[in-house]
Order: sequence, then structure tokens, then C-alpha cells
Amino acid sequence: MSDIVIRFIIGGLFVTAFALTGDIFKPKSFAGIFGAAPSVALATLGLTIGKHGKDYAAVEARSMIAGAAALLVYCALVTWLLKRDHMRALAATSSALTAWFVVAFGAWYLWLR
Amino acid sequence: MRIKVDPKSLRQTKWYECAIRLALGGGITVIAGLLAKKFGPAVGGLFLAFPAIFPASATLVESHEKEKKMQKGLHGEERGRDAAALDAAGAVFGSVGLVLFAVMVWLLLPEHSSWVILLGAALLWFVSSWVLWLLREHRHQIFGFEPHAKHAPRTSRG
Repeated sequence: MSDIVIRFIIGGLFVTAFALTGDIFKPKSFAGIFGAAPSVALATLGLTIGKHGKDYAAVEARSMIAGAAALLVYCALVTWLLKRDHMRALAATSSALTAWFVVAFGAWYLWLR
Repeated sequence: MRIKVDPKSLRQTKWYECAIRLALGGGITVIAGLLAKKFGPAVGGLFLAFPAIFPASATLVESHEKEKKMQKGLHGEERGRDAAALDAAGAVFGSVGLVLFAVMVWLLLPEHSSWVILLGAALLWFVSSWVLWLLREHRHQIFGFEPHAKHAPRTSRG
């Protein structure tokens, strides 16, 4: 139980810190870089190395390549939906999550399984 | 376009917006850990790049921009959507940096100091994302394209 609480606090703090850092930058297109910051990765990998060792964390990082490629597709799709389809931000970002799952698990099935 | 640091913009951020980010960030970190425990690190690792806070962040960007424009008596809906689109376009560059981050950790972590690799990979993420953003912003000067050439008015030749 304490492990979950520690993960929650550390992950939450990393994500909030990167998000607030992004908030202070202008223009918006540069600040957006922080929307794809390695905040969850730094928190998780740091904790995983401590608990399971470096080899286990390296396997997670290998899968993260597929997750990050899926994030790239997701962000490009969100940009397109907002610009071309004139969707609201919440609708565009929520509906594009399907693309993240398809690309991430597709890459996992083809390459990492 | 020059990069500016404006700490005053943090005043626009409300406490509950931080709480939402904290909860979503903490939540996805816990979920990634639980999935790794149940299905192994190959599945759990996918979620290290899950866009957990992206919907909340994009909605906040949209509403902040909308509020700002409406205070000036302007129609804020479209400007809000444009700001969210710019934010997402920036995240595309961040995602490329995130791929490089993961590749570096995967290849170098087993043989080197953990903290050096994690910090080095974070630096690689930032520098590579920044360079891509710079290339995109200054593509006209760098690659010699004529800005908006295809939108230039055509002259009639009778």
C-alpha cells in the first residue's frame, strides 16, 4: 500500500512540475513540448530501478519507445482535429486516445510481445 | 519567434488545476506500476508515455486563452482552439524527444550509472525537442522556402 502512495505522490509531483514549467514559456508551440515531457517516465523508472534493478527498467524503457511513438501520432492527430475539424480541446484529446492505444499496442504486438 | 519566460502566467493557474494534474500524474504512475506487476515490464513500459494529463492540459490552455480574449471583448472560442492546437503541435516535437529518451535509457541503463543516464536522457529529450522546434520555426531561413509562397496572389496574364 505504501508503495502505491509513494508512486502516486512522486508521479504527481513530477507531472505537475513539468506542466508548470511549460506554463511559463511562450510561445505556445514551444510550451507544448512540455506536454510530452518524460515526467511519468522519470518517476517510474527511478522507483523501478530502486526496486527491481536496471535490467527490468531497461525493458520498460524499450516498451516506452512504442508508447512515445504512439504519443507522437496522438499529438499530430489532436493538432489536426483542432485545426481542420474545429473540435473542442476536450473532445479532440479524448477521442484521439483510441489512436494512442492502437499504435502502442500494435507496436507491442508486432515488436515487443 | 523568440522564446520568452513569463513566470507571471502562473498566476492564471488555479489551485484545482494543479490538483487535477497531480491526481492524473500520480494516477498514471500508479497504473503503470500495477500493469508492470501484473503483465510484465513490456506492457507497463508502454504507459510511461501515455497522454494522461494531455486532455486536461489542452482544455486548460483552451479555456485560459478564451478567458483572456473575452476579457478584451474579443471572440475567444477560436483563439482558444488555436492555442490548444499550437500546444499539441509543440508536443509532437516533445514526443520525438521522448522516443530518443526511451532509446537512450533502453540502450545505456544496464551498463551505466542510473542517475547519469536518467538525467542525460532528460537533457537529450529537452535539447532534441528544442532543436526540432527551432528547425520548424526557422524553416524558411534554413531551407530557403518562400514563406506562404503557395498563397501568393497570382497575376492575371489576360
